[in-house]
Amino acid sequence: MYEHDVIVVGAGGAGLRAAIAAHEAGADVAMVTKLHPVRSHTGAAEGGINAALQEGDDWELHAYDTMKGSDYLGDAPAVETLAQNAPEETINLEHWGMPFSREDDGTVSQRPFGGLSYPRTTYAGAETGHHLLHTMYEQVVKRGIQVYDEWYVMDLATTDEDDPNDRECHGVVAYDVQSGNIEGFKANNGVVLATGGPGQAFDHTTNAVSCTGDGHAMAYRAGAPLEDMEFIQFHPTSLPSTGVLISEGVRGEGGILYNSEGERFMFEYGYANNSGELASRDVVARAELTEVGEGRGVDDEYVHLDMRHLGEERIMDRLENILHLAEDFEGVDGLVEPMPVKPGQHYAMGGIEVDENGQTCVDGLYAAGECACVSVHGGNRLGGNALPELIVFGKRAGQHAAGEDLGEPEIRTGYGDDVEDETDTELPVAPGKAGLETSGSVAADGGMATDAEGVLQRKVETAREHVDTLMDKDDGVQHAEIRAKLQQAMTDYVNVFRTEEGVKKALEIIRECREEYQDVYVDDPSRTFNTDLQQTIETRNLIDVAETIALGALVRDEFRGAHWRKEHQERKDEEWLKHTLISWDDGSPSIFYRPVILEGENKTYEPKERSY
Amino acid sequence: MSTQQAEPESQEAPEDPAMKGAESPAAEEQKGGGMVDEHAEKAAELEGETVHIKVFRYDPEVEGKQEPRFDDFHVPFEKGMTVLDSVMYARDEYDSSLTFRHSCRQAVCGSDAFFVNGKQRLGCKTQISDLEQPVRIEPLPHQEVVKDLVVDMDHFYDQMHTVEPYFQDEDTPPVDDLEEQRQSQENREKIKMSSRCIWCGACMSSCNIAAGDNEYLGPAAINKAYKFAMDDREGEEIKEHRLRILEQEHGVWRCQTQFSCTEVCPKDIPLTEHIQELKREAVKKNLKFW
Repeated sequence: MYEHDVIVVGAGGAGLRAAIAAHEAGADVAMVTKLHPVRSHTGAAEGGINAALQEGDDWELHAYDTMKGSDYLGDAPAVETLAQNAPEETINLEHWGMPFSREDDGTVSQRPFGGLSYPRTTYAGAETGHHLLHTMYEQVVKRGIQVYDEWYVMDLATTDEDDPNDRECHGVVAYDVQSGNIEGFKANNGVVLATGGPGQAFDHTTNAVSCTGDGHAMAYRAGAPLEDMEFIQFHPTSLPSTGVLISEGVRGEGGILYNSEGERFMFEYGYANNSGELASRDVVARAELTEVGEGRGVDDEYVHLDMRHLGEERIMDRLENILHLAEDFEGVDGLVEPMPVKPGQHYAMGGIEVDENGQTCVDGLYAAGECACVSVHGGNRLGGNALPELIVFGKRAGQHAAGEDLGEPEIRTGYGDDVEDETDTELPVAPGKAGLETSGSVAADGGMATDAEGVLQRKVETAREHVDTLMDKDDGVQHAEIRAKLQQAMTDYVNVFRTEEGVKKALEIIRECREEYQDVYVDDPSRTFNTDLQQTIETRNLIDVAETIALGALVRDEFRGAHWRKEHQERKDEEWLKHTLISWDDGSPSIFYRPVILEGENKTYEPKERSY
Repeated sequence: MSTQQAEPESQEAPEDPAMKGAESPAAEEQKGGGMVDEHAEKAAELEGETVHIKVFRYDPEVEGKQEPRFDDFHVPFEKGMTVLDSVMYARDEYDSSLTFRHSCRQAVCGSDAFFVNGKQRLGCKTQISDLEQPVRIEPLPHQEVVKDLVVDMDHFYDQMHTVEPYFQDEDTPPVDDLEEQRQSQENREKIKMSSRCIWCGACMSSCNIAAGDNEYLGPAAINKAYKFAMDDREGEEIKEHRLRILEQEHGVWRCQTQFSCTEVCPKDIPLTEHIQELKREAVKKNLKFW
C-alpha cells in the first residue's frame, strides 16, 4: 500500500495544477496517471486561454460572455471565480516560462475567439495546450512531486453509508500497467479526480483514445452525482476522416466557412448575422449540419474552412500547426486549398458535480477540469475557456484537498433540500446495473468497513477478484465489439441533433451493451502491459457515462446551448433554469435537479436571447 | 469490407533475444523503407485492397511469445489510413493482445513512435500508402522491449530530467501585479522549434552515440536544455549553469553530427543544429570541453 496526503488521479492540465497547488500548501502529494503526464490530452488543446489581461477588458465582461455562452446554465459563483482568477493564473504560467506568442512590445498576445466581446484568448501558436501541459509538468519535476505513471486507477476507496453525503473517500485502487500489480493508494487528506473528458463514448471525436470518462464513472458509482451530462460540445471544425481538431483560432484569425455552392453560409442563410463564423460553437456546428442536410454539403458530408486569404506569413506565424494537421491527417495543403471540416464531439460541459472548491458531496473526493462540473460552462463552453478552468479550479481543488481554507462555497452538492425530483419521464429501459456487480457495490460479506485502511483493503481485494474474473474467462464478448456499438449509437442518436425517439433508441442500445458486458472477457493472458484488460475496464466506464448523457438528453425537453431537441425548439426558462443531476444510487440511477445560481457578486445575470 | 487474415506465422526471430526485455532486432537492418512520392496514386491503387503488415511480437510471460517473432496481418485499406490505424485494426479485429502505446492520434502525445520499415516514425502521422509492403512495424531500437511494440521509456525520461528541464526565474514580479516578463518576438521565434518536442523518443532511438553511451544526454534532453538556454527570460548566470551541465563528459561534445535525430524527428526540430549551437555557446563562454 502507498500512502500520501493528497492523491491526484490524472496528470493533464487540471491534475498538474492541483498537484502543484497541494504541494505548495505543504501536502505530500502524488499523481497517479494511466499515461505519462506529457501524454495527457491537454496537449492537444490548440486555441488559448481566456483571461481579461488588457486595459479596456475586465473580468466582468469575461464573466458576462461566459454566462451568455452557457445559455444561462452556468452558476454565477463558478463563472465569476473563473473570470477573476484567470488573469493571475495565466501570468503565473508565463512566469513558469510558458512560451506564449508575443506582441511587438514583448507582451503576451491575445486574439479574438467565438462568443467573446474582447480579444482575450491568450495563446502560444496553435499549440497552447501542448505548451501549458509541458510547462506545468516541468514545474512538477522541479518540485520533485511523485508521479506514478502508467498506473491505471480502477476504483475509489469510499465508505458505503446509504447517503452519499455521509460517505468519505480514503484513496484509490490502481494497477501498474507494466506489471499488472494491483495496489491501494491511501489518501490522508483527499483524492482529486482530474481524468479529463468522456469523448470516447462517441464515434467521431476530437478526443484521445484515453478519454474514457474513468473519473466520471468512478465518482458516479461512489455516489457523487453527474451534472448536466446532456451538454456535449460538438466542435464545428474537425477533420472528417479522423476527427482531428482544427482550432477555432483559424476563424479567430479570419478563416471563412463555405458550403458546396461557395456561399458564406453563416451570413447568407442568417445563422449568425453579426458574428458569422465566430458565433458560439453550438451555433456553427448546427449551421454546418443544416447546410449538409439541405444538400449544400461538400460530398454530402462536410463544409470548407478557407484561410488562404490570410496569407502565408500570418498563417505561418500564428497557425502553422494547422497546416501540419491538415497535411498529415487529411492530405490538404491549407495554403493552397480550403480544408474540409465537420462537427466532431469535442467537450463535455457536464461532469462530476463539485462546488467552487472542487469538492463533491463525498467527503475527501474532489474533481477538476473537464471531468468536473462546477458549473462554469453550463449549456455551452466558449472556446478558450477550458484551459483557464484547468488552472483556476485545478489549483483550488489542490489547495482545498491539502487543507487550505478557501471559504464557504456558495454552490451546493449532492441530494439535499434544495433539489427537485424528476417525476415524469418515461424510460424505454431500466438504466443502471445489469446482473452481478463485481466492484463498487456494498460488500457482500456484510462487514462495512469505515476505517480508511479497512475500506482500502477491501476495495483492493474486490479489484483483484474482478481482474481475475475477467482474465480467467475463456470466451464471450470482447470489449472492442461493445465499445464500437456504444460509440455508433451515441453518434447516431445523441449527436448535434436529438429526437426523443432517437435518444430512447440509444438508451436501449446502451442497455444491450450493458447486458453484453456481463459476458465480456479478456483474451490476452499476460499480466504485462495488458491493454486488453485496461480497455475492458474502460469500456464499462464508457457505458455508465454514455447512459447518463442519454438520460440527461431525454429528460431535458428544451433547446438550450448545445442541447438541441427536435420536439422542443425553444429555451424554457420557467421550467429549465436548473441543472440535471444523475445519481447512481447503488445501481438504480435516480434523476433530480438543482436550480442554477444567476446571482453574481455585483449583479444578477438576467437570461436574454442568445444571438450572435 | 473483407476481414481475411493470414494465420499469424512465427518467423524471423531475432538472433539474440536472451535478456529479459529482448532488444528489438531491427537496428542493424535498415531496410530502406522507401517513401513513395506519388502517395495519392498509391492510395487509389490500394482502394478495396488490404495492406500487409508484419508486427514484432514479444511477451516475457506468455508461452510462444517469449521468443520474439513477427506476426503477419492483412488489414483492409482505407484512404488516409495510418500505421497506427493499421495496428489498431489488427488489435480490435484479429488479436486483442497486440500491444502498443497510443492516445491522441494527432502527433502531439508522442506515445506511438515505432520503427517502421527501418525508420523511427510516429505511427499516427505515417500514411501507410507511403510505405512499401509488407510494412514492418517494430519497437524503437536501443530500448528494452516491455511487450510487442512497447519499450521501456524510463531511461529516456531520466535523461530528460537530468538537464533541469524547468524554467529558472531570478526575480519575476508577484503574479498579482499581472506583469508578464517581456520577450521579443525574435526570441520567441528562436525557441519555437525546440519547444515543440513531444518526448516521443524517436531521436534517442536513432542515435548511434546514445546506443553506445548510456549516459549520453541524447538529442531530446539537449534540445530541452536549448529551449531554456536560448530563452532571454532566463538570466545569463542561469544560462551559464545550463551550459555547464551540457558540456560535461556525456553532453553536447559527444554528438558527432550524423543528423539521424534530425532526420527522424516527427516535429521537424533541427536537433543537430541546436546541439551545434550549444557547442559554440560553450566555446564562447570559454568553458572547458572534453
